[in-house]
Amino acid sequence: MKSTLSVLVENHPGVLARVAGLFSRRGFNIDSLAVSTTDNPTISRMTIVVDGDEAVVEQVAKQLRKLVCVTKVLDITNEPHVERELVLIKVNADAQARGEIMQIADIFRAKIVDVGRRTLIIEVTGDKGKIDAIETALKPYGIKEMVRTGQIALVRGSRTAIINSKED
Amino acid sequence: MLTGGQILIECLKEEGVDTIFGYPGGAVLPIYDALYDADIRHILTRHEQGAAHAADGYARATGRVGVCLATSGPGATNLVTGIANAYMDSVPLVALTGQVPTGLLGKDSFQEADITGITMPITKHNYLVKDVADLPQIIKNAFHIAQTGRPGPVLIDLPRDVTASQAEYRKAKAPNLRSYKPVMAGARSQILKAVKLIAKAQRPVIYAGGGVVNSGGHEELRQLAEMLMAPVTTTLMGLGAFPGDHPLSLGMLGMHGARYANYAVYESDLLIAVGVRFDDRVTGKIESFAPEAKIIHIDIDAAEIGKNVPVDVPITGDVKTVLKQILKELKAHPNEAWKEKIEVWKKEYPLEYDTNNGLRPQAVIREIYHATKGKARVTTEVGQNQMWAAQYYTVTRPRSFITSGGLGTMGFGFPAAIGVQVGCPDEVVFDIAGDGSIQMNIQELATAVTYELPVNVAILNNGYLGMVRQWQELFYNRRYSYTELHNPDFVKIAEAYGAEGIRVENKADIRPALDQAIASSKPVLIDFIIEREENVMPMVPPGEAINKMLG
Repeated sequence: MKSTLSVLVENHPGVLARVAGLFSRRGFNIDSLAVSTTDNPTISRMTIVVDGDEAVVEQVAKQLRKLVCVTKVLDITNEPHVERELVLIKVNADAQARGEIMQIADIFRAKIVDVGRRTLIIEVTGDKGKIDAIETALKPYGIKEMVRTGQIALVRGSRTAIINSKED
Repeated sequence: MLTGGQILIECLKEEGVDTIFGYPGGAVLPIYDALYDADIRHILTRHEQGAAHAADGYARATGRVGVCLATSGPGATNLVTGIANAYMDSVPLVALTGQVPTGLLGKDSFQEADITGITMPITKHNYLVKDVADLPQIIKNAFHIAQTGRPGPVLIDLPRDVTASQAEYRKAKAPNLRSYKPVMAGARSQILKAVKLIAKAQRPVIYAGGGVVNSGGHEELRQLAEMLMAPVTTTLMGLGAFPGDHPLSLGMLGMHGARYANYAVYESDLLIAVGVRFDDRVTGKIESFAPEAKIIHIDIDAAEIGKNVPVDVPITGDVKTVLKQILKELKAHPNEAWKEKIEVWKKEYPLEYDTNNGLRPQAVIREIYHATKGKARVTTEVGQNQMWAAQYYTVTRPRSFITSGGLGTMGFGFPAAIGVQVGCPDEVVFDIAGDGSIQMNIQELATAVTYELPVNVAILNNGYLGMVRQWQELFYNRRYSYTELHNPDFVKIAEAYGAEGIRVENKADIRPALDQAIASSKPVLIDFIIEREENVMPMVPPGEAINKMLG
């Protein structure tokens, strides 16, 4: 089972190493991890997708909260939230295939961001389902390279993560 | 203007530090220069590991933060075992390490080690100071983190240019840690749930650990036990959290716990787990640990609750505070029948050993108990010596049984005893050692002699790495692979260092040797030549249920 944790951390050097170290040391599986600063430059947000049952995810959240540099940990899996991931896909595209690929891109509201002699780079944004779908659709043409940002997410509505509290 | 080194000293004094255990080197020269005429006592050990363990022992005995200091590179890495040890046992420690100048960081400079990287998983937090202006605030934060919440070690890495540079000293007023707020009080709804469960219980057992000692909640624990007439069993770390001579005491549980303690847990219908973490050496086969019982788990570290076993009533909070909250709501609920059943077990399955032949290690420990009237501060090494000490030295007050519980560090006991003696100068300190463990930090005899610390060391000498040999005997068909030790003459070693050495080979000589050691103003090392193949019993074989004991 995959869970999405939204984690606010102090924007200090070494914080990512602490979080990553925690996961490897305790044997937790990270599916994806995306990190960047927030509107508050002293705070960064990590969106971590964890693979594990309820007990594992609870333990992950508790261990994260223990880190002195972690401000808040929210498990947003079961809350209404928006999740997005951005992917760049470099796909084989000779003259014959090019038209079909551009149609597929259209259907997924993806963008062609680079045109090479024999390849196209497609940029697509969406949730995991959509990303998986376009990947499947493009596979027959031959995906040469692919990079994913990892999932980011925000809870819908006016609920926010308040920075000064560690309690949920 | 002060140097960074002088600012460091000012900050340490501000935190009430009166003693540092350390070892100098190139990267800490500016700090040592400031120490030269500072009114902080510096104890020079003979190895950085000794400094870390001594600071640890000092902290455990006094309840204050222990401070150790080492240079960069190998100095810092030599602290690592000591820091990991303090981390596993939740000991408040501040480790100061020198570092190469900031301009040389990351260039594999001479005596450079990434000690903040190395110690990340074994510290509660750590800092690399890059600007002398940050120093006071970092020291303030470090001491706050080390001693609040679940205590633990904090490392501060100090590049040489930071401690050498000049700056105005601006006192840090308070810690500024917005993300760090330990919860002290338990949630009221949880307290009420706990009280309800307690009222229904007929066979309650209190399972108490180091968290009780750390929080200073031993009085509250005693009140709880007496109100319920509930027997109390403690972990190794919890010895002293409940008086070992109290009628409700079951002593230690787990792998080498008393039979009656393990039986009580196995048959209990309510386990009140206080400041413990359900360690594998305690629970044995986890499914068979208190299988009938509802579990109330009180701990300051939320991550410990539900980590190893599912819990019925989790209460996150400071043990002392939570116990007070519970006591306020609780009505006396004595469980007479249960108490009687336990009395029967105690009579039927006492802790016992062969008193007839030879020099038995258990007899040595009992004599140490009698000779010190149970008032000594005891430290131990790790292995059989540790388990015999835990079984046969009846600990009656907190902070007087100091042992490496989580990490199981051989070589801990002796330097820890030095730290304990520094912290408690008027008390009798005994390190209960094995002939293997003592040799892991025997160089600290020089420290004890130099500072005239009358630490006593009782070596239970069987010429084996006894606990490993015991496992080889029981589970590896007596194939004693590399566990026999050919030892030096410990008496001569003691004398060469300027300490006293005594050898004891007969039962009758135990007490006179102990009396001589206690009376001596010097460090004394007593070499007890014990029965070679004595085992620690009873024993739960690894992975077995705790009621299935050998011996």
